[in-house]
Amino acid sequence: MKPGLFRRRRPQAVDQYGAPGRGSGTLISAVTIVVLLGGWWIVTQLGLIRPLFLPAPEMVIAKFAKIACTEHYFERLLVAVGGLAEVEAKCHGFSDHTLHEHILWSLYRVFSAFALATVTAVPIGISMGMSRHARGVFDPPIEFYRPIPPLAYLPLTIIWFGIGESGKLFLIFLACFAPIAINARAGVRSVSIEQIHAAYSMGASHGQVLRQVVLKAALPEILTGMRVAIAFGWTTLVAAEMVAAKAGIGVMVLNAARFLATDIVFLGIIVIGAVAFVFDLIMRRVERALVPWKGRM
Amino acid sequence: MTTVVSLDRVTVEFPAVDGEGVVRALDTVSLEFRDNEFVVALGASGCGKTTLLNVIAGFLQPTSGKILHRDEPIRGPGSDRGVVFQKHALLPWLNVLENTAFGLKLQGVARDERLSRARDYLALVGLSDFERYPVYQLSGGMQQRVGLARALTCDPDMLLMDEPLGALDAFTRENMQELVLDAWSKTRKVVFFITHSVEEALFMATRLIVMSPRPGRITHTYDIDFSRRFFETGNARQVKSSPEFIALREEVLSIIYGEETGDAQP
Repeated sequence: MKPGLFRRRRPQAVDQYGAPGRGSGTLISAVTIVVLLGGWWIVTQLGLIRPLFLPAPEMVIAKFAKIACTEHYFERLLVAVGGLAEVEAKCHGFSDHTLHEHILWSLYRVFSAFALATVTAVPIGISMGMSRHARGVFDPPIEFYRPIPPLAYLPLTIIWFGIGESGKLFLIFLACFAPIAINARAGVRSVSIEQIHAAYSMGASHGQVLRQVVLKAALPEILTGMRVAIAFGWTTLVAAEMVAAKAGIGVMVLNAARFLATDIVFLGIIVIGAVAFVFDLIMRRVERALVPWKGRM
Repeated sequence: MTTVVSLDRVTVEFPAVDGEGVVRALDTVSLEFRDNEFVVALGASGCGKTTLLNVIAGFLQPTSGKILHRDEPIRGPGSDRGVVFQKHALLPWLNVLENTAFGLKLQGVARDERLSRARDYLALVGLSDFERYPVYQLSGGMQQRVGLARALTCDPDMLLMDEPLGALDAFTRENMQELVLDAWSKTRKVVFFITHSVEEALFMATRLIVMSPRPGRITHTYDIDFSRRFFETGNARQVKSSPEFIALREEVLSIIYGEETGDAQP
């Protein structure tokens, strides 16, 4: 009965009279995407907009092949493994790094900061939900820094952490921290007093109620917080990579803009969007597998 | 008959909503629960039924008075007094069997042992075929049966039921009344059962206490045996349509309506 990680979801048809937003929007979305891409292609084919402002889709694809070094990929792999091939396989990508190096650097930054934020924000958010003392301590700083744009405290992270990796991670960490903490705190409230009373009247200790009732009940909100947080992480990535980063999708985009290489800017934007989208799909699967009861109890 | 739980002049006061003075939710209530009793509390909203249950469960400390469980003061909730709630009390991340075994898990009973004991009580409430189901896929009546099985699995000596059938439709409710009586007769717990339904109260109780609000207190007590007649005949409709049942039902109704219109009979 438990939905597996990759089993198709049963359609939850809310097809009653007056149900808000009834019906499927998938086909319309597909049409929208086709129209947008087709419009892009036609406009550039007709030469209505100069490539500096809007590069043609095929230019972006060609650029992708070039800086992803897809040519002679296998040979270069052998060179990298230990000079097994004689083929001259030089490929510099962009800004001295291939596309996948840029992607891996950005993934490393976003996900380590995100992981750090998750392991710290969940306990703090839960403690804020459970105790007025924790709430009193953590609420003002979190609510104060949360609405400040990361670019505003970017200079501060450079002064504090220098231009190494830690400052970049800290910036993304801050962006991820608040949504997870706030959602974990809200999650505590989704446990019903009956569930807590039931546990106590079956002999539970305070620790057992926290671990086996409150934490489980808060899991849907915690996962929602994580989804929001990772999106904030990607949003902050470009800002974090503005200062003295050698590789990363953000650096790639910023450098490309300096040389007016619009096609690479486009490529970077598409890559960030695609990676963030794929991760969100995975998170939704995880959500369905871990909290199938969400919204049903 | 041994006394399981006794209340001696228990009073519970809450600060009033307007901030001035206090509200007496319970006013010097004295009550004893003896072995095998099925005590039903009946009364209008705000008469202190739930407050009384919360005091016995240990969720609430009385402002004054004494409350003892087997001669020990009740200081908080414990597995010797199981509670069945009206709703929202099951854990949706556990399936039916795991929910039923949850109390034993909290007490550190080994997995095989607790699952086998949980199965016994699921059989008692007729849910053996549903042990792998997620609880959110069950109907309201089945969820309440899981709640009952879960409370029984901890083997408490008293079962506190706070309007457990209040959210069910009329047909399910009548079936559940018989199921609860059946479980009670087989497990021999002391039951304290709260309801809004006069018919349900009369049908199930061995002792009926009628409560009245402002301040919450017990105004009438009846010792009745309609449930014993049900066990003898197995016919609930026949019991509920008997002249004695109807006469007592009208008497209790007139007490409750009398109070609501403000001219209570002494």
